[in-house]
Amino acid sequence: MSAQPRPRVGLFVTCLVDAIRPQIGFATLQLLEEAGCVVEVPQAQTCCGQPALNSGDDRDAAHLARQTIAAFEGYDHVVLPSGSCAATIVHGYPDLLAGDPDWAARARAMAAKTHEITSFLADVMGYAPAGRRLNASATYHDSCSGLRELGIAAQPRALLSHVEGLEMRGLPGNDVCCGFGGTFCVKYSDISNAIVTEKAEAIEETGAEILLAGDLGCLMNMAGKLHRRGAKTRCFHTVEVLAGQADGPAIGEEAS
Amino acid sequence: MSALPDFKDRAKAALADPVLKTAIDRTTGNAERKRAAALAAFPEFEAARARGKAIKDHVTAHLDHYLEQFERNATARGAQVHWAADDAEARAIVTRICLAAEAKLVTRAKSMLGEEIGLPHALADAGIERVETDLAEHIIQLAGEAPSHIIWPAMHRTREQVAELFKAGHQPPPAAEDPATMVQSARRVLREKFLSADIGISGANFLVADTGATCTVTNEGNAELTTTPPRIHIVTAGIEKLVPSTAHAFALLRLLVRSATGGEMTQYTTFHAGPRRPGDADGPEEMHIVLVDNGRATMLANEFREMLRCIRCGACMNHCVVYRQIGGHAYGGTYPGPMGSVLTPVLDGLAASRDLPNACTMNGRCAEVCPVGIPLPTLLRAWRRRSWREGLEPGSVRAGIGLWAQLARRPRLYRLATRIGLPLLRLFGRGGWISRLPLAGGWTDHRDLPRPAAQSFMDQYRAQQKGRK
Repeated sequence: MSAQPRPRVGLFVTCLVDAIRPQIGFATLQLLEEAGCVVEVPQAQTCCGQPALNSGDDRDAAHLARQTIAAFEGYDHVVLPSGSCAATIVHGYPDLLAGDPDWAARARAMAAKTHEITSFLADVMGYAPAGRRLNASATYHDSCSGLRELGIAAQPRALLSHVEGLEMRGLPGNDVCCGFGGTFCVKYSDISNAIVTEKAEAIEETGAEILLAGDLGCLMNMAGKLHRRGAKTRCFHTVEVLAGQADGPAIGEEAS
Repeated sequence: MSALPDFKDRAKAALADPVLKTAIDRTTGNAERKRAAALAAFPEFEAARARGKAIKDHVTAHLDHYLEQFERNATARGAQVHWAADDAEARAIVTRICLAAEAKLVTRAKSMLGEEIGLPHALADAGIERVETDLAEHIIQLAGEAPSHIIWPAMHRTREQVAELFKAGHQPPPAAEDPATMVQSARRVLREKFLSADIGISGANFLVADTGATCTVTNEGNAELTTTPPRIHIVTAGIEKLVPSTAHAFALLRLLVRSATGGEMTQYTTFHAGPRRPGDADGPEEMHIVLVDNGRATMLANEFREMLRCIRCGACMNHCVVYRQIGGHAYGGTYPGPMGSVLTPVLDGLAASRDLPNACTMNGRCAEVCPVGIPLPTLLRAWRRRSWREGLEPGSVRAGIGLWAQLARRPRLYRLATRIGLPLLRLFGRGGWISRLPLAGGWTDHRDLPRPAAQSFMDQYRAQQKGRK
């Protein structure tokens, strides 16, 4: 054992990963352990409350904020495989609970130790994956919340540069929204469809075999559109490639 | 002026119009590239933005002081200052001035405030001929339309469509369809009007408190020809246009022009300080300045205060994924795009416009490019909050969010729901995808849905942990 105690990390897998693609949760867990963390998964987690927050339903959003804080505030760090859920905790919670004398300080403390996975690995733990190989070409979409609210751009690219054999191709409009926007994509589905169609065209034009991004919501939107269009692009969360899991089924592929 | 409630229908119609999409892509694509180039050559942008924001915040905090100072100085220069609490008062004041002067013909330099207060209709109702002198405004006047962008009002029209409009609307029609010939034709048509107008009406990009001057900026010179030859010059301006001094106006102008067109400076930047003085070669005999509140004083005291910083550059809409798909008219208000989605509920009421703050992916690009740092997504979320609180959100949305929240607030019940729900949901899929799902047409009409896991992460994880022990 090293002299420094290993940091205790609370893993919040997010509701989408929990239900749609557990592999992302396990890849995150694996990377955190490789980086030297002691990882726990609190059973009281459900959703960060972002759908309520973005719908204007502050009462439910605040309730979920308090529930999430209570479940996670005992850890040294809280880590999520999603920029938008992490941004909800980092920026949304302190704002939501600012007027609540019992919770305002707890919300701020929670915000200060909450991280999106790639920024946590690169910036906090100084981690770099070793011995990973993937012979493929890939392109990367910057999910908006992570990019603009948390400044996540260099970290995933730096981590991916350690994967041998992986050829990264630039995506024109990489920082332009894919049209997901949470409930936006079903409330204004025609507009969302027009936006994601342009995104899918840009992805297909790169000729990359793999699309990577750091938020499952955006990935489901882009992967679902690419599949509907008959494109062969395979879609993974960044952590799946970093954890060496991209030899398994991509989003929308079933394990045989 | 008034937002129509059928936002989704208008958006759908816009999405089905390939010519509109071509026009939007041309203009916004150009604007985005030119702005990026201008900023690349302007390393002090962040400092300039901080200064611009500070100037606007200072004026907002001391608005009463600067309004009084402006009125005092403008009056001392011979202008007449009028105060309008709302759009109806503003229309009444302008119409009264026009009728008192027995004006038959009014020229107008592009002003979004004029659109906001419904000036075009008010002049028509008073039987006064109105001639729009900005080239793009001239185009949409011929088409009988409202502006679709605050900088390029006719951006929804392609060059080819403009040629058709000029052919029908100009006497004689332009000799050819190339841009230069068409511009010459418009110039000829407008020149006659410039020289025979009784009154010229302009907006103001800035109201300079310490000189009492109003400032217009254009790239065509039409504002000067609108405000100088006629007997009377009327300025209509929102009270948020105040700046303490000319130097402050220029500090904001550096941001405005780069953000709007990617230029460094407008072709024409004119300060109008009172009517013609004895000995002046030209200029109007009377100058009237109509200062319009129309909801702005209310914004001073509520959560939309930061919107008063807006300098109307249009960068937010040029960089908005929604605007770039549907264009300006689909929004239904005077102002389109992100800034319009914040302002339209102020002007037309939230009940008639609740779709606008909701029709946004919250991607934050608008705030990133805003030259005065307005947190547009935060303000849009504030409208969503009000809409929820006031019960304006549709019952289906409230029920959906409510049901989901009831589950999410009870982790054990939530686990149970995923345990039952995921296998059920999987029944709709084949292979790894669900291509049709009842009640989820918003998703599956356009894209496939990845089939959910048979067992949630939490259940899989718990089973693993038990196995380890």
